[in-house]
Formats: sequence, C-alpha cells, structure tokens
Amino acid sequence: MRGILLIARRDFAAYVNTYWGWAILALSLLIDGVLFLVLGLGKAPKLSAEVLQQFFYLTGGVSLIASIPVTMRLFAEERQTGTIVLLESSPLSDRQLVLGKYLSGMIFVLVFAACTSYMPALIFVNGKIGLDEIVVGYLGIGLMGSAGVAIGTWASAISRNQIFAAVVGAAVVAAFVVCWMLSKQVDAPFKGLISYLAFFDRQFQPFQQGQLSSESVTYFISVTFAFLLMATQSLSARRWR
Amino acid sequence: MIVVEGLTHWYGDRRAIEGIDFKIARNEIVGFLGLNGAGKSTTLKILAGLLVPSRGSVSIDGVDLVQAGETFRSRIGYLPEDPPLYREMTVREFVQFCGQLKGMAASEVSQRLPDVLNICQLAHVADRVIGELSHGYKKRVGIAQAIIHKPSMVILDEPISGLDPRQIVEMRQVVRNLGKHCTVLISSHILAEISETCDRILVLHGGKVAAEGTEQEIIHRSQSKGTRLTLSLRGTNAQVEQTLKSLPAVQSFSLTEEMGTIKAHIYLLGDEREALVAALVGAGLGIRRMVEDETELEQVFLGLTTPTGSA
Repeated sequence: MRGILLIARRDFAAYVNTYWGWAILALSLLIDGVLFLVLGLGKAPKLSAEVLQQFFYLTGGVSLIASIPVTMRLFAEERQTGTIVLLESSPLSDRQLVLGKYLSGMIFVLVFAACTSYMPALIFVNGKIGLDEIVVGYLGIGLMGSAGVAIGTWASAISRNQIFAAVVGAAVVAAFVVCWMLSKQVDAPFKGLISYLAFFDRQFQPFQQGQLSSESVTYFISVTFAFLLMATQSLSARRWR
Repeated sequence: MIVVEGLTHWYGDRRAIEGIDFKIARNEIVGFLGLNGAGKSTTLKILAGLLVPSRGSVSIDGVDLVQAGETFRSRIGYLPEDPPLYREMTVREFVQFCGQLKGMAASEVSQRLPDVLNICQLAHVADRVIGELSHGYKKRVGIAQAIIHKPSMVILDEPISGLDPRQIVEMRQVVRNLGKHCTVLISSHILAEISETCDRILVLHGGKVAAEGTEQEIIHRSQSKGTRLTLSLRGTNAQVEQTLKSLPAVQSFSLTEEMGTIKAHIYLLGDEREALVAALVGAGLGIRRMVEDETELEQVFLGLTTPTGSA
C-alpha cells in the first residue's frame, strides 16, 4: 500500500507542480460552469430537481472527458522521458504501479468534482432537493470518472507517446458513450448487451435521477477493474519481450 | 555474489545473447565491453530486472530474478545511459523519492541521504532543481538514485558519456567510492575508462562472452594466441597484400604507405615470425624494419571483436 500511495503522491504532485494539471482543472470547470448556466439553468423555468439532473448529466460528461488528458501522461510520459526505467527497475509490482497511477488520476477527478459542488449547493439553497440526491449524483460521477480514469490508465500503459494514449483513451470512452445509439440499430440478443454497456443512457442515468442502482455500481466497478487489469498485464508483458 | 548461467534472450526471431555465464564477487568493479549489437544492453536490462530472459538464470546472493523478481530488483541499482530523472524535483526530493520507491522507510532515507550525497559529491546542490543542473551533475544524481537503498550491485551504463574531462575524473572517483560499498558493473565503449576503473573485464561479442578476466590476464591470453608486428617493407602494395593473404598464420593486417615504404600492421597466430620473413623475402620484398608491438587492451578488444581474416 505504501508503494501505491508513493506513486500516487508523486504523480498528483506532478499535476499540481506543472501548468498542465491547473490548465485541465480550470478549463474543465469553465466548460462545466458555462454549460450549467446555458443548458442547466437556461431561460425557461424548471423544477430544481430537473436542474440538478441536468447538472449531473453535464458534470458527469465533463469529468469523463477530463479523465483522458489527465491520464494520458501517466505511463506514456514516463516512457517518453525515460523515467519509466525508475519504476520498472524498482521492487514495486506492476499492479502497485498501475494502482498508484490510477489513484493519482482519480484524486484529480475527485478534486474537479469537489470544485463543482457550488452549483448543487446553489440549487439546494434556492430549490427543493434532498441532500441524498446530491450524494448519489456525486457517487455516480465518482464511479463513471473511475471507469474513465481506468480506461485512460490502460491507454497510457500501452502507448509510447501521450497523443496516441489520448486518442486510444478517447476512442474507447466514446465507444462506451455511443453504445445507446448503436443498440437502436441492432437486433436481439446484441441489442440488450450493447445497451447495457452504454455509459450515460443506461448506467449513469439512475445516479443522475438520485437513485442508487446496484447494477450500475457493479457495472462501473467492473469496467474499472477490467481496464486496470489489462493495464497491469500490458506492463508485465513488456518484461517478457 | 552475482551468478549468471546460460543467459539467453531472443527478440522475436532474433537472438540477442546466447549462453552467457559469469560470476561477480562482492565489491568487485567489473567492466562490460562490447561493440554495438554485442548484447550488452540486453544483458544489462536483464540484470536490472527490466527484461525476463528467454532461458538461463540470474541470481544475486541466491535470490533468483525470475522466481523472486521484486526482491531481486530491491538488490539492484541501475543507471541507464540517459539518467532517468524527474526534472521538476530538487536533488534531495528526488533521491528521497527513489529511496522510498525502493522500499526504504522515510526515516531510513533521511538517515542515509547525507552519505549518498557525499559519495556522489552532490551535497552542495542538494536543494537545486534537477532540470537546472549540468549533465555531469545529472549523472551523479542518477548514481545517487541507484545507490540510495544500499543495493548489492550497481549497474552503470556508459557513466562517463557526455562528460567533460574534469567531470570524468570526478566520476572515476565516484565509481571507486562505490566499489568500497557494493559490486559495480560498468558498461562503456571507452576502453581507457574500463582499464582505469575496473578490477575485471567481460568482453561480449556476438551475444556471447568472448573474454573474461583482469586486463593483464586478457592481454596475456591474447599474447599467447598471437603476435602483433609492425613492419616497414620495400615493394608494392599489391605484392605485400598477396603475400600476406597467402600465409595462413596471418590473422589480420592493415597497410599504409609512408615515405616510399609500406608500413604493415600484422596480427600473427602463434609466433610464426620466421615463416613470415621467409615468405616476404621469397616474394622479393625488402624488409627494412620489424618491431613487435606492445599489446594494449584496445588491440585485444579489436582482435576479439574483428571477424577472422579481415584485412
């Protein structure tokens, strides 16, 4: 555990000590704030519950997109600068390296989510919503962000450069997002399977509506686990080449 | 004790090294020599735990690389040719991070840090950001990260490449200091450096160990195999070349024209000087001078790594 925290701390410090981390955080918050103002609040009168749902929909999307530039550097940058040798020749296992990197990205996504809390706080103060809806919505953002960070960590683990990692990560995330569109074009039994994979339309929707769905919790944890496992395997495979 | 037995590695269909065996005793400084493509980097990567060998075994104090990879790696310190450094960190932060990365507690690292900074002559730049340091200092920071956890063996890949003469002298001192605390394996293209700093030499060629021993042992073995001669001859280049090629004892030679005579550097298998002289005289060539060369490591190295029969 000490090794995992050590890697996570260094990588998170690398976000904070360079303009890159601050730029992603500032840009994500700006986009999220503007979208909330234009699409969430809008001009037409809405129920506060609808505004909250819209907020989680937008913030979930922004956190998922932000997870790609946040994670693209995790392994790919180390490979580009040669510092991967430090990690690979250390006594830490590949699993510890992957978990440490993932944790640093996850902390970043959670910091972003925490910075958006002023928006639901405004809805809470001026509208009629329960605190439990906010907690469940943020849990959904955390879980979907976790899946996004895991996908990005895997993409970075298999890539030699950061741009390639970002492209691969974005493509996989996009594939999960557009599954709902694809599911409408295919027949059973694939329709059900593809529809199940859809990040937003199927799995994030319950959280958005303040419902804690065990199916969705399991789904996002499974995606996270699968991609972290693949990242670990791809690191281990390099030692055997 | 580091024991390497039957080490073989393939990259796809290409064999990089085959059947490498050697042992290195504690606190020895061993030089690793070889031309590009000889298999040096592959061997070093395996020893550093970055690659798993296709066949064979590597153990350090009885800990096997394949069976206990993580424990094995905790006993190795590795500095690649380009030091792996986080440029935004200070020297102190970086070395502390590396110590913890290699399994030390923060308090242990703090205790060990002053010694490491002294061994690597870094104490006066400990709080400077690595990105601002010169190449020589970056190399020393690379060594500091490799030794912070008191490894049994330190592997230094081309430690003096890119250093100026003053930095080379300082680096030599650093390497000698390291030899007092642990086993050191140095890979270098610069033979003089290996000759200057190492107790023992391993020469790799074509993925195999071509020679092993102290510098004197290797030179002596080379001398018992053949003789290096320099001759000044009167005649034509073609005549000399034809005559030398006709002699089976001539392993290799090179010819240059110098003030109307031909200067021939010849490597003879065994000591066949009489036969050589008889052949040259028989071919109508005049022998003006013949001197036996003093054998140096460079010549031995070239002899070991030059294909047989080349001129």
